[in-house]
Amino acid sequence: MKHDLLAALVRAISGVHARLRLPQVGDGPCVYFANHTSHLDFAVIWASIPADRRARCLPVAAKEYWEAGMCRRFIAKRVFRAVLIDRQNVSAHDNNPLVQMDHVLAEGHSLIIFPEGTRSLDGTIGRFKSGLYHMAKRNPALPFVPVCLENLNRILPKGELLPVPLLSTITIGSPLQLEPDENKTDFLTRAKSAIEELRQHEL
Amino acid sequence: MNFDPQLQYLFLGTLGLLLLATLITLAIKVRLADPNHQSFVDNLVARVRAWWIMCVVFAAAVLSGGMATIILFGLISFLALREFVTIVPTKPADHRALFWLFFVAVPVQYVLIGFNWYGMFVLFIPVYCFLMLPIRMVVAGDCERFLERSAKLQWGLMACVYCISHVPALLKLNIPNYAGQNAKLLFFFVVVVELCDVSQYIWGKALGRHKVLPTVSPNKTWEGFLGGWLTAALIGLGLWWATPFDPWQAFFIALGVGFFGFCGDVTMSAIKRDSNMKDFGQTIPGHGGILDRIDSLCFAAPFFFHMCRYFLCGATPAPF
Repeated sequence: MKHDLLAALVRAISGVHARLRLPQVGDGPCVYFANHTSHLDFAVIWASIPADRRARCLPVAAKEYWEAGMCRRFIAKRVFRAVLIDRQNVSAHDNNPLVQMDHVLAEGHSLIIFPEGTRSLDGTIGRFKSGLYHMAKRNPALPFVPVCLENLNRILPKGELLPVPLLSTITIGSPLQLEPDENKTDFLTRAKSAIEELRQHEL
Repeated sequence: MNFDPQLQYLFLGTLGLLLLATLITLAIKVRLADPNHQSFVDNLVARVRAWWIMCVVFAAAVLSGGMATIILFGLISFLALREFVTIVPTKPADHRALFWLFFVAVPVQYVLIGFNWYGMFVLFIPVYCFLMLPIRMVVAGDCERFLERSAKLQWGLMACVYCISHVPALLKLNIPNYAGQNAKLLFFFVVVVELCDVSQYIWGKALGRHKVLPTVSPNKTWEGFLGGWLTAALIGLGLWWATPFDPWQAFFIALGVGFFGFCGDVTMSAIKRDSNMKDFGQTIPGHGGILDRIDSLCFAAPFFFHMCRYFLCGATPAPF
C-alpha cells in the first residue's frame, strides 16, 4: 500500500508515459539496465513495472554517494532498499560488488542498474562499464531487460535539487542474454544499442 | 450549494446530452461491428467516456463555488503548460527559469483572480513574466538559441496560463442585475466552445469533403467548420435565458466564440505539426493531451471575457 502510493507519486512527478512492450521474463529475477540522466531514473523504472515485480525489485547504487547525508541514506536504504555497492577499494577477491549482487539475485530479487555508472548531462548515452558483462557471465541464464528513459534529464538534471514537472517516457524492451561465444565489447555494444533502439524522440 | 434553477437546467441539459451521446455511441458500436471500423469505434467510445469524466469534474467544481473553479482552471493551466514545455527544446540552463514558470507564474496568475485584482491580472503575464523570464535565462548565461527558447516559453505562458485564466475570471465580472449568477455565464461559454468542437467533428465526419487548411490540419473541412460554427451559434441563441444577453447578442457572441475557438484549434495544430507530433500528450483517452482538449478554449476565452466586460460592465468602472 505504502509502496503503491509512492509509485503513484513518482509517476505523477515524472509525468511518465510507459510504453511497456513488457517482456516475457517469467517470474524469476531479471536485471533492468537503463540510460542514466537523473536521480529520478531508478524510481521511475521501479514505479513503472507491475506491482508484483516492484515488490521484488531493488536498485543498485553507489555506496559512497548514497551514504553521505541523512536524507540520501534514508531514501536509499529505507525507502527503496537499494543495494549499495562500493566503487572504491574493489578487487575481484576483495569486496567484489558482483558477489553482493549475485547474493541479492539468488534471493529472488530483480535489480535496476545503470551501466554507464554516472548520470549523463545532455541525455546522450555514455560508455558502458564492464560490470554488466561480468554479471551476465556469472549468471548466463539471467535476462537483461533494456530500458530507455527519456526527458528525465530535463525534469531533474544532475546538480539540481528541485524537479520541474515535464512529461517523460519509459520504454521497456525485450530481454537480452549473453551469447555463448560473445566477448565483452560485443555484449556491451549490443546492450547499449538495445537501449538506443527504444528511443522515441531525437535528442 | 447553488440552487439557481437555471443552473439546474444547464446541468440537466448536459446530462441529457451525455446520455444521448452514450446511446448513439452504443448504436454505432452495434452497427459498425466489423474490424474495419474498430479503431474509429474504440476512439469514439474512449472520447465519450472521457466526456463523462470531464463533465463531472467541471460540474463538481462549478457547484462547489468560485474558489473550486479557480483552482480547477489553475490545475488545467499547470498540466497544459507541462505538455507545452515538454515539446519546447529547452536547455539545462533553463531549469531554474522553468521552476519559476510552473511554481510562481501559474499560481500567482490564479491568486490574482481570487483577489479580484483586475489591473494586475491583465498585466502580470504579458508584462512582468514576459520580462522576468528572459532576464532569469540571461542570468543563467546560455545564449544558444536564446530567442527561440525564451519566445517558445512565452508562447506557452500566453496560451496555457494567460488565456485559460480568463475562463474563471468570468466569475469575477461585476455585471449589473446578474450578481451571483456568473457561474451560468462561465457554463454558457464552456458549453458553446466545447459543443462547437464536437459539432465540427460530427459535421466533418458526416459531410466533410473540402479541406479548410490541408497543410495544417488535414481532418478539418469547410463543411465541418461551417456546420459546427453555425450549430454553436444556434446553441448560444438557445441558451440566451441563462446569460445576461438578449437572444441576438447571445447568437452573435456565440458566433465570435466559435470562430476564435476554431482559430485556437488550428493554431495549436500548427504548433504540433511544427514539432512533428499528433497530440500534446496522452492524459485524456481518445482526445490526446489536456492541451488538445482546451486549445479552442484558449483563444476564445480572452475574446469572450473582454466582450462581456466591455458590453456588460461598461457602466461600472468597478474592479473587474
